[in-house]
Amino acid sequence: MKDTLYDYLLILGDNPLILGHRLSELCGHGPTLETDIALTNLSLDLFGQVRSLFQYAAAVKGGNATEDSVAFLRSERGYKNAILLEQPNIDFAHVMVRQFLYDAFNLPQLEQLVKSKDKTIAAISAKSIKECRYHFRFSSQWIRRLGGGTEESHRRVTNAINVLYPFADELFNETMAEQKMKEVGIGADLAKIKPIFVNEINETFNEVGLKVADIAPRIAKGKEGLHSEQLGHILAELQYMQRAYPNMQW
Amino acid sequence: MMPKQNILDDAKLADQFQDHIDADEKIEPKDWMPDKYRNTHIRQISQHAHSEIVGMLPEGNWIGRAPTLRRKVALLAKVQDEAGHGLYLYSAAETLGISREEMIDQLHTGKAKYSSIFNYPTLSWADIGAIGWLVDGAAIINQVMLTRTSFGPYARAMVRICKEESFHQRQGYEIMLTLCRGTNVQKEMAQDALNRWWWPSLMMFGPRDNESPHTEQSMKWKIKRKTNDELRQQFIDNTAPQADFLGITIPDPDLKWNESRKHYDFGEIDWDEFWTVVKGNGPMNKERLDARKKAWKEGTWVREAALAYASNKVH
Repeated sequence: MKDTLYDYLLILGDNPLILGHRLSELCGHGPTLETDIALTNLSLDLFGQVRSLFQYAAAVKGGNATEDSVAFLRSERGYKNAILLEQPNIDFAHVMVRQFLYDAFNLPQLEQLVKSKDKTIAAISAKSIKECRYHFRFSSQWIRRLGGGTEESHRRVTNAINVLYPFADELFNETMAEQKMKEVGIGADLAKIKPIFVNEINETFNEVGLKVADIAPRIAKGKEGLHSEQLGHILAELQYMQRAYPNMQW
Repeated sequence: MMPKQNILDDAKLADQFQDHIDADEKIEPKDWMPDKYRNTHIRQISQHAHSEIVGMLPEGNWIGRAPTLRRKVALLAKVQDEAGHGLYLYSAAETLGISREEMIDQLHTGKAKYSSIFNYPTLSWADIGAIGWLVDGAAIINQVMLTRTSFGPYARAMVRICKEESFHQRQGYEIMLTLCRGTNVQKEMAQDALNRWWWPSLMMFGPRDNESPHTEQSMKWKIKRKTNDELRQQFIDNTAPQADFLGITIPDPDLKWNESRKHYDFGEIDWDEFWTVVKGNGPMNKERLDARKKAWKEGTWVREAALAYASNKVH
């Protein structure tokens, strides 16, 4: 049970860790100063959530584990983020579609988790959901702007949807840890999230003439530790200091 | 030719303007001001704004590699603050009748400058500590003076910026302290960063007073209230004891407390290097400017989409 809870916390925490990393790559490179600041805000919120979840994960694991050992000292196969989140910042449309898909999934997930029987998960989720509501508003507004903006922005956002939407299905594939945590009232029921997600996506897309029809899901097993080639490069950067200079205080 | 009456009016207005300055009253955007005062401010404030924005790049280089989650969050927040400072400063400059787009264009074409310190590379994690400690430390000395500058919007922006900068400086010093209290490898990293950032930090105060073309007029208009050399001395006097406390050595064999002057004496700055970097040939000038131009260019379609969507909604 303890191991399952730990695994579940990794699934919850690795998504914001890897997405937060991708967003942090954009700091200083945004299309406007205002957008730069907003994207960094998202990244900061996500890393804040990661810290809460990994502090808890470290406590569950016991021994010498810390939020940093959980975040930085696993091998690639030990990371459990969905593959969607590790996809690169090809352009601003990819950044916003990736964000929107995650937010549209995560908001209903958090709505369940605030009622988790695990009091710590419930408390972390209660804090995170306020941030996620703002993230959802931000990313869905940008989807509208890009979809209903210029011909170029419509083309780019369509392209990003075609590339990224096939990864979204993985968010709903229940792993063993997710199933067990759902059964004991700690974890979210992913099957209940899916129709809400699909509805939100379609509603927003329809408003500006975007669609997801006829895109088959891709095989994606990031939550089981089988990643795309992207994650290794992210970890090479993320873990650099901890790997090059082990066992030091920073 | 200008009518005689107007020339007289202008002379009278200029006298009144100087009287306001002498009485320590703030000049506000709608007040009459000499063209030169306006242009000097556009140049100085936009240069300051550009420095904030370009200054995001060297520190941004270490966000992905920050050693702990706590350090990562602090660094991200710090770089984000710099974007915020850029925003206030561009807005302050806009009150003088120039648009943000024009200023950004001047940065990209090389017409407008930014602080040369950001043309040096960040090579280790200790550089993040050294930048906070030395670069923000030097910037604060200048900016505290600017909270009393004569142009109201600039002075008010500075009050807000100084609060955040002093937090950044403490954060940088705390990174250095952690390294210096750590392993030998960490202490070497800290010393190496000090060796590389010390002299460029002293150069941040600009040329020596006798070679500073704008100082005299800027002092008269209370844009500046202290000279470059006075500010540089103040920085060295503040910083030398901090290095002692850290247990690392400032790379200047001539640095020594002078009891009769009540100041530290220090060695000669490499002014050839200073002018080389100012003229665009420092280690990172090209990369910094290219990164800014790339972000702006790649953002064009996004900005256009946002404008088009806003106007589609109105119609």
